[in-house]
Amino acid sequence: MADSGTRSSTVYHDAAKTLQGKITLDGVNVYYGPKQAIHDVSMVIPDRSVTAFIGPSGCGKSTILRTINRMNETIDIARTEGSIRIDGDEVNSKAVDPVILRARVGMVFQKPNPFPNSIYDNVAYGPRIHGLASGKRDLDAIVETSLKKAGLWDEVADRLDQPGTGLSGGQQQRLVIARAIAVSPEVILMDEPCSALDPIATAKIEELIDELRENYCIVIVTHSMAQAARVSQMTAFFHMGDLVEYGPTEDIFTNPHEPRTQDYITGRFG
Amino acid sequence: MNNRTDIQAAVEARLAKRYRAEGRFRMFGILAIMAAISVLILLIGSIASQSIPAFRVNELTLPVTLEAARVDPAGDGSEASLRRGSYNSLLQEALRAEFPEIEDRGQLRELFGLYTPLNSARLQNQVLANPGLVGQTIDFTFPISDDADLYLQGLTTASSEAAPGLVATPSGTSGEVRVFANSNVFSPIVADIRERLATQAEELEDRARRYENRAASAAGEEARISLTREAEQARTQSASLRSLAEPGSLSVDMSPELPSRLIRMNGGIVHIDRISDSGRTAEGRVLVALDNTEAGDDWTIWTLDTPQAERRITDAQIAWAETLRERGRVETGFNTYLFTNADSREPELAGVLGAVIGSALTMLVTMFLAVPIGVATAVYLEEFAPKNRLTGFIEVNINNLAAVPSIVFGLLGLAVFISLFGLPRSAPLVGGMVLALMTLPTVIISSRAALKAVPPSIREAALGVGASRLQTVVHHVLPLAAPGILTGSIIGLAQAMGETAPLLMIGMVAFVADAPSLSVGGLTEPATVMPVQIFLWSDGAERAFEPRTAAAILVLLALMIVFNAVAVFLRRRFERRW
Repeated sequence: MADSGTRSSTVYHDAAKTLQGKITLDGVNVYYGPKQAIHDVSMVIPDRSVTAFIGPSGCGKSTILRTINRMNETIDIARTEGSIRIDGDEVNSKAVDPVILRARVGMVFQKPNPFPNSIYDNVAYGPRIHGLASGKRDLDAIVETSLKKAGLWDEVADRLDQPGTGLSGGQQQRLVIARAIAVSPEVILMDEPCSALDPIATAKIEELIDELRENYCIVIVTHSMAQAARVSQMTAFFHMGDLVEYGPTEDIFTNPHEPRTQDYITGRFG
Repeated sequence: MNNRTDIQAAVEARLAKRYRAEGRFRMFGILAIMAAISVLILLIGSIASQSIPAFRVNELTLPVTLEAARVDPAGDGSEASLRRGSYNSLLQEALRAEFPEIEDRGQLRELFGLYTPLNSARLQNQVLANPGLVGQTIDFTFPISDDADLYLQGLTTASSEAAPGLVATPSGTSGEVRVFANSNVFSPIVADIRERLATQAEELEDRARRYENRAASAAGEEARISLTREAEQARTQSASLRSLAEPGSLSVDMSPELPSRLIRMNGGIVHIDRISDSGRTAEGRVLVALDNTEAGDDWTIWTLDTPQAERRITDAQIAWAETLRERGRVETGFNTYLFTNADSREPELAGVLGAVIGSALTMLVTMFLAVPIGVATAVYLEEFAPKNRLTGFIEVNINNLAAVPSIVFGLLGLAVFISLFGLPRSAPLVGGMVLALMTLPTVIISSRAALKAVPPSIREAALGVGASRLQTVVHHVLPLAAPGILTGSIIGLAQAMGETAPLLMIGMVAFVADAPSLSVGGLTEPATVMPVQIFLWSDGAERAFEPRTAAAILVLLALMIVFNAVAVFLRRRFERRW
C-alpha cells in the first residue's frame, strides 16, 4: 500500500492476501493526552490465524491491541483516531456500543484475572449478562464446551463450584480464555498471556492458541520472539508507535526488510 | 583480602547497630501497647466499679389493701374511674401501718420520703391491667428512695454499734423519752462532742485572727470595718462553742453537724438529742416504738459517722429503712428498672430504655440515609464521574466536610430541618438526619478508598467480556469493596452513635420520661439518645445518678462492642480473596 505521510508505517499486504482479512486498521492514531502513542498504523489482520505483535516495551503494541475492542476508552485521557473495521463494520465510532463490540472481541490479559467466584460462574458470567443461554441446561452446555475448548474441562469438571482464584496460574489463564470463548467471539485479543506463567503452562497455552486458530481470529501481543515464531502466522513489529514491518512470520524472522526489525530480532536492542 | 575483611567488619558493626535500632523500635511498640491496655483497663475498671451500686436496687414489698372506695371512686370499675383512684394514699397507709407509732406530721412526711409518689402510677397500672384486684390486699413491690437505697448499700455513712453491757431503762415506748443508765455510759459521747466543739471553736478563733490581721493591714476604712466585724462574729461563735464545750453545763445537745447517735433497745430505736452532763441520762425521741419499758443490759449505741447535715437521708429515715430491712420488707436485687424504664426524675426509677430505643431509631434513620447515599456518591465519583475540575472541587469539599465540627451540623439541622421544613423537635427522625449529614463524608471517603483498592484487573476482566460499567461495578467491584465499605460505614455510624453536640441543638436533650415506641411512629416522638442521657445524668443533682451515669456509659460501650462485633462478623462473611 502506498505511504503518504512523513511518518507513516510500512505495511506488507502480500502475505495477507492469501488469507481472508478480518480486521482492517486504517490510519489509526492514538493519543494519551498530548502525547501520541500510535502513529498512523494501517494493517489488515487475517481471520482464522494468529497474528503476533512484537516490539520493545512501550512501542505501542498493547495500545494498538486495545483499540480493537476499545478498551482504551476506559482510560480517561486516551483518544483514538482513524478507522478500525471488523468484517467491514466500523468499530471506532460513537454509534457502536462497546458492550456489543466486546462480546464480538474477547480479551485475555497479561495477568490471569478470574473473578473471585466459582469456576462455573466465571465462564457463565458473559453468557448470563448477554442473555446467550435460554436455561440452566443451555448454560451448563456453554460452560462445558467453553472449558473443553480451553482445554480445562478434564482438570476442573469435578470442582466447578470452587473458586476460580484457587487454580494454578496456567489453569487460571485457560479459565480466562474459556470465559472469553463463552460469549462466542469472532476475535480473541491476548495481551502477553504467558508472561506470568512458567514454561510448562506456557506450552499448554500455546498449544491451545494453535487449536483456537481454527475457529477464531487471534491477535497476540508478546515479548517473546520465540513465542511469536512458534504460534503466529503473521507478525507485526512495532517500534516507538510505528508499525515498522508486517508480514508472514517466517519472512519477518528469516528475511526482515527493515534494519530496525533485524536489529530487534537479532537482539541488538529491545 | 585485607579490604574484604574491612568491609566485613564495617558491615558487622553496622549490622549490630541496625539490630539494636530494630530491638528498640520493637520495645517502644510493646511499651506503647501495654500503656494503652493499662489505661483502658483503668478506665473501664473505674467506670465499672463506680457503676456497681446502679445495678443493685433495694425494693420494698408491702401489703397494700386496694379499698374499692379509694381505688374506684365511681364504683363502676371503669378505666376512667380507676384512673381517678388515689393510689398514693394507699401506699402511704401501707407504709404507715409498719410504723403506727408515728403521729407527728413532720415525721410522717419524712417517712413518706422513703419512696417516690411516682410509684403510685405503677400501682395504678397494675390495677388497670387487672381490675379484679380491687378490694383485695396485694403485695406491692416498689423501689425504696434513692437516698435510702444508697444508705442500705452502705454508701451514705459508716455506722457502728457498740453494746455498753450495762443496765439501762427507758422512760416510755414512744414520743419523747429518757434512757437512764446506772453508770455514766454516755460520758464518752459527751467527751467526743466536747472535743469536736473545742476543735471547731479553735478553727473559728483561727479565722478571727486571720481577719484581724487582714484588718490591720487593710487599705480602706470600709474594708477594715467589715473585716473587723467578721472577726468579731467568729470570736462570738467560738465563745458560744467554748461555753458548750465546758464541763459543768446541765446537758449537752446533739447537733445535726455532729455524728448521730441512736439507741436500740427493747425492739425499738431512740434518737439521742441530749445527754446529761453526768453521762448517765440520754434524752430523745422514739423513732421505732419500743416493745416495753423494761430495764435491761441488752442494748446498743448506734453511731452514724456522717452528720445528718451532710447527707440527704435523715436519722429517722435511716432508722426506719434499717427496721424495714430487719423485718424482711426490703430485699436487695438486680436493678431491672435500669433496663426497663425510661428516664425519671427519681434515680431509683430512672432507666436507659428510652435512650436505647431513641439511639436505635436515630441510628436506623442515619444508616438508611448515610450508607446508601454515601456509597452511591462514592461509586459515582470513583467509577463514573469524569476527572475534571468540578469533581475535584466536590472531592475537596467532601474531605473538608469530614473536618467540620459536629455542632455545626446541629445548627444546620435546626435551621433547615426544624425551622425551614417544620419537622418536630427532639425527634429521632431529625436527629438521624443531622447525624447522617455528619456521617456522610466518613462513609464517602472510606467507600472511595475501598473502591480504589479493588484491582483494575477485575474491572478489565468484566469489561473485556462485555459487561457494561454499571454491571462491572455492581457484579464485581462492589462485592470486592464491600468489606471496606462496611468497615467505614460502621466506623461512621459508631461515631454518630456517640455524638452529643449536634443533638443538643435540635432539642434531643429534653427530659423524656416515656420511651418512644420502637416503630415508624416513634421516629417523630420526643426522644433522647444514650450519650445525651449520660450527659443529663452526669448533671443530675441526686447522688444516685452518679453510679447510674457510669452504668449508662457501660451500656453505651456494650452497644458499641455489639455494633463492632456485627461489623467484624459481616466483614468476615463478605471477605473474598482474589
